[in-house]
Formats: sequence, structure tokens, C-alpha cells
Amino acid sequence: MTDTQWPVFEVFHQQARGEPHVHVGSIHAPDAETALVLAKEQFGRRQACVNLWVVPIGAISATSYEDADIFQHGSDKSYREAYGYETTKRARSIGDTQEI
Amino acid sequence: MVQMARIETGDRPGDPGYEERLAAFEARVVRGDKVEPGDWMPHDYRQQLIRLIHVHANSEICGALPEGGWIPHAPTFQRKLALCAKVQDEVGHAQLLYRACETLGKSREELVEDLISGKAKYSNVFHYHARTWADVAIIAWLIDAAAIVNQAMMAEGSYGPYARALKRICYEEAFHLTHGYDMCITLATGSPVQREMIQDALNRWWTPIMMFHGPGDRESKHTAQLMRWRVKLKTNDEQRQMFLKKYMPKILNLGLTVPDPQLRYDEQAREWRYTEPDWEEFKRVVNGNGPASALRLRTRRMAHEEGRWVREALTAAAAGRTAPLPAAAN
Repeated sequence: MTDTQWPVFEVFHQQARGEPHVHVGSIHAPDAETALVLAKEQFGRRQACVNLWVVPIGAISATSYEDADIFQHGSDKSYREAYGYETTKRARSIGDTQEI
Repeated sequence: MVQMARIETGDRPGDPGYEERLAAFEARVVRGDKVEPGDWMPHDYRQQLIRLIHVHANSEICGALPEGGWIPHAPTFQRKLALCAKVQDEVGHAQLLYRACETLGKSREELVEDLISGKAKYSNVFHYHARTWADVAIIAWLIDAAAIVNQAMMAEGSYGPYARALKRICYEEAFHLTHGYDMCITLATGSPVQREMIQDALNRWWTPIMMFHGPGDRESKHTAQLMRWRVKLKTNDEQRQMFLKKYMPKILNLGLTVPDPQLRYDEQAREWRYTEPDWEEFKRVVNGNGPASALRLRTRRMAHEEGRWVREALTAAAAGRTAPLPAAAN
């Protein structure tokens, strides 16, 4: 390993307890412990942060953009969305005017 | 594997299938789709972006130097703290941008070495010295302002990693601009000595500031292609006009003048008119012939070489070994 080309870690930043960790970028570090320190300098410098994860880039599996069709539906799937129903209208007609 | 640059074949004009792939790529980009590191991209797109992001990263790290030198000499503790934070940000921005550049296939080591060796360029403005405290104020206000005009625009560009890095950078630039303007208000509305100092600094910095956004469209060979591929969304001249429209009123409002007798607002054309900068001078400076160019590279080389023991120590610690520190570090 040359002296500047350390492995890459992806960084996930949690703004407050209860919030999800969000991917914010990546850094080079020789190991995970150092990566946490360097990630704090780079991604916890200014914005509120309560927790950081670092993940070696090789540990991440990803789909390929070329397989976009795996995310498509062949048919109308509105049955699994609230907008696919007229229930508000039907509930009102039987006397329920409160929020569903 | 995520976010690794794919070295593509078939990405140059004349390669079989290039025209179809290029047409599909350009259609995506025009639609506003972002390009990610693993995507097919024309060789020229990749090379242009590497060059552009590299120069930007270099500018951030060199930009820390004229201000960093003033940290020990800041007139108040508050200004010293603010300068420390700003310099810390600039170095952080450089790191974000070098990382974004790496996703296109260039190693960090090459990026660092190319700057130190003088092969890669950085913004014209950082080839000059910050001679007085008022220089620091002018840099912090008007150069950050000029940079924000550029960065806010580039943050909407087509290359994902660069756009994302720029959004983080723009968030931190808000403090830089506020701090810079605050310093200039203090000097421009202060004592006669302060007012004279800031006017003198503005007189010396005006030309480099006017050159900041780069050669006019007639001169810029890269602009047309960068705009078609939505790397750049505004021309250099358009950016310069945006800068002048926002900041000339503020400069004049502070009671300052600029040393360009041609500078005036053309009501008809709704544009600022100015003396066209000497682009030959600009080229000489960015090629390393500015007053501070040699000093900047010397400082970068020193930081890189004298910091080597830290990198080696961290690498050794990570490998679970302990190694004696080299004599130079004691």
C-alpha cells in the first residue's frame, strides 16, 4: 500500500437519536477505528451528529442501474396504496367525518 | 462493488457503437438524470470532469493557505476562531472533492502529486499573497461570493458524486460569506485607516476577482461541451454577471470604488459593462507564474512530505505493528 492510498469507507451519519443513519459520503482510512475519527472530522464537523457508522466499500452489495426493470411493476398496484381507495367518501356517507 | 470507476472501452468517437451510446447518454443527461460512477460515459466527459474537479479540489486546499497564514495575526479572538473554522472547512472541502474525483478513476496519490509537481492547476486567485488583514477580508467576502455563484450552479450538474459534494460545500459556504461580509463591513465603516486599508486591498484584488470565473465565452474552449453535458449550467460570462449584479451594489453601498473606469451598469442591456480582463495574464498566472505560485506549491509539498510520518504511523498501527518513529519527527 502506498502512503496515500488507504482503503475506502462509506460513512453513515445519524443526526439525532431516533433518526435513520444517512449515507453522506466516503473517506480513506487504514482501518475502521481511524475511519471513525476521520469521518467525524469530515462529516460531523458542523452539522449535529450523535452517531457515525463506517463500512468498508467492499462490504456493500448493490443492484445495477442496468437492472432498472427489477423495480418496475407490470400492472396497476394501487390496491396497496391509500390513494387507490375511495374510503373517505364512503365513511362520510355512513356518518364518520373524522380522519380515517 | 459500489461506486468504483469502470474503465470503459468503446467510449471514444470512432469506437463501434459509440454514436448510439453517446445519444442515449446525452438524452439521459438532458432529462436531468444524474450520472453515477459505474455508468457508461464518454471518455471526454470523464476526462473533463476529472480535470475540473481536480482543479476545484486544488483550489480549496490552496485557498486555505493565504488565510491560514493570518490566523496567528488576527486582530481579535473572535476573528481568529472564525478563520480557524473557515480554514478547517476549506481543507475538508478539498478532501470531499478529491474523493469525488477518485470515483472517475484517478488515484488520490496522483491527484496530490500532480498539484505539488505543478502539473495540475488551481484557481488564479490563490496565486496571490494576502498582504494585509484587509486582503483577508476581501478574499473571505468577494472570493467566497464568486465561488458560491459557481458552486451553487455546479451543484445542479450531471455527475452525482460531484453534485453531492457541492451540496455539502454550499451549506458551509453560508458561514464563509457571512463572516467575510462582516469583516468588510467592519473595515469599510471603521476608522480612516481601516477604510483606506480595505480600499487598497480591493484595488489590488479587483483584477484577480474579475478573472475568477474564467475566460469569456469567446476564449473558453471547454465551455460548450461542458454545457451540453450539463457539467456546467452557466457560462463563465453569465457567472461573472451574476456576481456583479449581486455584489457591485453592496460594494458601492460600503462607499468603496473599483479600479475599472469602464465599469458601469448598462440599463438597456441589463448587464454590467467592464474592461475585459487580460486573459494572457490569467493564463500565465494559472500556469504557475503568479506572485505566490512557487510559495503555494512549496507549502503543499512540505505539508505532504512532513506529514508522511503520520500516515505511516496510522498505517502501521492499523496493521497491528508498532514501529519506531523516524528521527525527523522527534
